[in-house]
Amino acid sequence: MIRVTGLTKSYGPHLAVRDLTFHAQRGEIVGFLGPNGAGKTTTMRILAGFMPPSAGSAQVAGFDVVEQSLEVRRRVGYLPETVPLYPEMSVREYLTFMGSLRRVPGLEDRIDQVLEEVSLSERAESTIGNLSKGLRQRLGLAQALLHQPEVLILDEPTIGLDPAQIIEVRRIIQALGQLRTVLLSTHILSEAQQVCDRVLIINRGTIVAEDTPGNLQAQLAGAERFRVSASLEGEDLRRLLQSVPGVTAVRQLGGEGEVEVSGTPGQDLRPLVARRIVEAGHDLFALTPVGLSLEEVFLQLTREEAEAREAA
Amino acid sequence: MRNVWTIAVRELRHYFVSPVAYALAFMIFLILGGIFFINVYFGLQSGYVSPDGRIVMGPLVTILLFITPAITMRLIADEYRMGTFELLLTAPVRDWELVVGKWLGSMLFMLIILLVTWAYPLILHRMSTPGIDQGILLASSLGIVLMVAAMLAIGVMVSAFFRSPLAAFFTSLAVLLVLWIIGSLGGASGLASEIARQLSFVDHFYGSFYRGLLSLTDALYYVSLTVLALFLGSQAVEARRWG
Repeated sequence: MIRVTGLTKSYGPHLAVRDLTFHAQRGEIVGFLGPNGAGKTTTMRILAGFMPPSAGSAQVAGFDVVEQSLEVRRRVGYLPETVPLYPEMSVREYLTFMGSLRRVPGLEDRIDQVLEEVSLSERAESTIGNLSKGLRQRLGLAQALLHQPEVLILDEPTIGLDPAQIIEVRRIIQALGQLRTVLLSTHILSEAQQVCDRVLIINRGTIVAEDTPGNLQAQLAGAERFRVSASLEGEDLRRLLQSVPGVTAVRQLGGEGEVEVSGTPGQDLRPLVARRIVEAGHDLFALTPVGLSLEEVFLQLTREEAEAREAA
Repeated sequence: MRNVWTIAVRELRHYFVSPVAYALAFMIFLILGGIFFINVYFGLQSGYVSPDGRIVMGPLVTILLFITPAITMRLIADEYRMGTFELLLTAPVRDWELVVGKWLGSMLFMLIILLVTWAYPLILHRMSTPGIDQGILLASSLGIVLMVAAMLAIGVMVSAFFRSPLAAFFTSLAVLLVLWIIGSLGGASGLASEIARQLSFVDHFYGSFYRGLLSLTDALYYVSLTVLALFLGSQAVEARRWG
């Protein structure tokens, strides 16, 4: 549904996107993850048919974004980062305007339907200038869904929303992702973890990792960190485990007799730790591997990339 | 063409909810009303009111020079500023459809204003015997419509180059002023004078339409200027997309 090959975009001497290659299938929610200025918005704008790339190619729903831009735009629903709206219009007028440009058949009924989908029916006649940020975001989403696009491109769809609104928007996106291809950019890692089937981590215009959120965490976490719970005081447990060969750090946790152990990468220390506790005459209650959070995965990947660049 | 109409209708509606548009329309009617009143009042004092339908046409043309940049300044510049430009051009809308739609919207608004200004010559027609020369009135009105079309197209074009409506206003005004005075810059005779006259905004109006003459050459001048400005405006929009 989305196929990107060697995509590059430069603004004068600044290279915003460098040789990006990825794809997304129908019914897949792909998260585009990266810090501000990583190239997420530029890539999304290119895929939405707003701007052409400097090099490389991109196809959306089988159409080239440069050569068949209008065809692409007919099939894409796009929600820019800052939802652009006409404040003097009412919600219904705005959707009527956008629907007319998109030639939506049975427009009036479709507007009612889409307002229902984003829980905005009661505000249909409200002036946009009087809507809260959350309601505007929903209206932006309604605009993107109005023509029932095959592909949805959502740039930071939950930015600036309160927690309840964030949950609501994520629920809508998950429901939409069952039938459509959704490309979603965010810099909130937990959002990608919750909503996306697959995550592309982008930094300085290039993809530094690509996998499911679970696999990404597993790849980098391994058994290097784990929690230990045993029948002795936290401080005693910490001292006992510090002497185990291969253990690099032991951190006392909140619970009594609970610590987090970090070890040398590539070495599974769990049998050694278990043995040490039992041999010291204590009971071992639990030994749980700790996965890296996506935040940590992201920081690790971007750090590795920076180090590689410096070395080069 | 449907997109052009959709955009034009939105623009027209926007004028009717914009206080700036009302203020501009009020200013036009106030100035023209004042001029009309003075002419008629002093005419009645002296016992003779000239039955010239162009009583407000001359001043109207000068007012339009300042009004049209104010009407067009925000048309595309505001879309850039508010980010709605991105939204419009990720819908299946061609660059030229956006530019022509914006121009058409402003043109429809100005046509409504021009239509209202007809009240003054029509009042004069009722006051005088045998009435005003309707041919001159029609030719002048046609000339003004063509001139306004070109002025608005220039305004839309300039608006496509700027993010700031104020910058668009002053630049449009400068372009129109140059076209306005260029006819008097070339000297009395010679090639330079001829070229300057051919480019002059006012010469193509006062030389024919204002005198009641329908000139194809002069009409073509305004139409060409309109088309050229809209074409350049579309190019400016496309250039924006390329970042």
